[in-house]
Amino acid sequence: MGLKLYDEVEEKSKLTAYISGEIDHHSAKSIRKEIDINIEKLNPTNLYLDFSKVDFMDSSGIGLVMGRYKLQSQRGGKVFIQNPPPLIKKVMLVAGINKLAKIVSIDIPLSEMQKAKETVQNSDKQKNETKEVSIDVHKNDANKNKEPEKALEEVEDNAEKESKNTK
Amino acid sequence: MPKKKAKILNEIKLKFPSLSENERFSRLVVSGFASQLDPQIDEISDIKTAVSEAVTNSIVHAYKNEIGKIELIARIYEDNIIYIKIKDYGCGIPDIKKAMEPLFTTSPEEERAGLGFAVMESFMDKLKVLSKEGKGTSVILTKKIKTKLD
Repeated sequence: MGLKLYDEVEEKSKLTAYISGEIDHHSAKSIRKEIDINIEKLNPTNLYLDFSKVDFMDSSGIGLVMGRYKLQSQRGGKVFIQNPPPLIKKVMLVAGINKLAKIVSIDIPLSEMQKAKETVQNSDKQKNETKEVSIDVHKNDANKNKEPEKALEEVEDNAEKESKNTK
Repeated sequence: MPKKKAKILNEIKLKFPSLSENERFSRLVVSGFASQLDPQIDEISDIKTAVSEAVTNSIVHAYKNEIGKIELIARIYEDNIIYIKIKDYGCGIPDIKKAMEPLFTTSPEEERAGLGFAVMESFMDKLKVLSKEGKGTSVILTKKIKTKLD
């Protein structure tokens, strides 16, 4: 279980929370605490909850989304569910949570994820020292976004070569 | 429920205190036990989710301000049927019909969605709830695992 947060420069009022691991009644408490602290700090209009790295979720995850929806509604904001894997999406659709929070799929370049990780690691250090809002804002560099694609192409090429060799 | 004369092929019994750490433990045990039926990933996920809901109910509702005992029995019946019974000796449910209504919850402050029974119902083939106020609650879940031939 973990949580990574970062703010984007183009949409200053957007906060994405990368949730990972398993969401149940036990783990939901700490996840919701961490998200709420950052909502308080960064005051985002749009809250994106990224589920791409969540490998188990029961109705506690629905409660988590419902709770953040209530919080954001009071503040005039919205909640989006980002990239849920099929088995997680199944729970969401049974609950009909998509009526409160729209399910969106967004391509996240690997470099962005890496940055988010580093940002939070850095911010943790800062937190201990200065106790200030410590999530860095970064710029979206169009060139950087191409890198993972290239890398993927290479992987595909290699895979093709390998499959030819085995033939 | 499987037919009365359905043969039990395997059975496990588990007893654990109503600590929230055991939500994960119990669903992993059942998932491990069910794996001998060679289920699909989505079937395992359905079972894990349903078990997690039932055990969480016992922890959150049955033993609201105390730690009590939870008993879990899992069986495999012939015809690829998995049976799971989750039993507690907690406060019981005064109105089962109402408790099973989607979105009904007695713990909104804990951010419980009120969807536990709805999820169990839709993820398993059958759900049976037995409860007596002050005595406890039993939840029985059954599901037929598809064989590769089906």
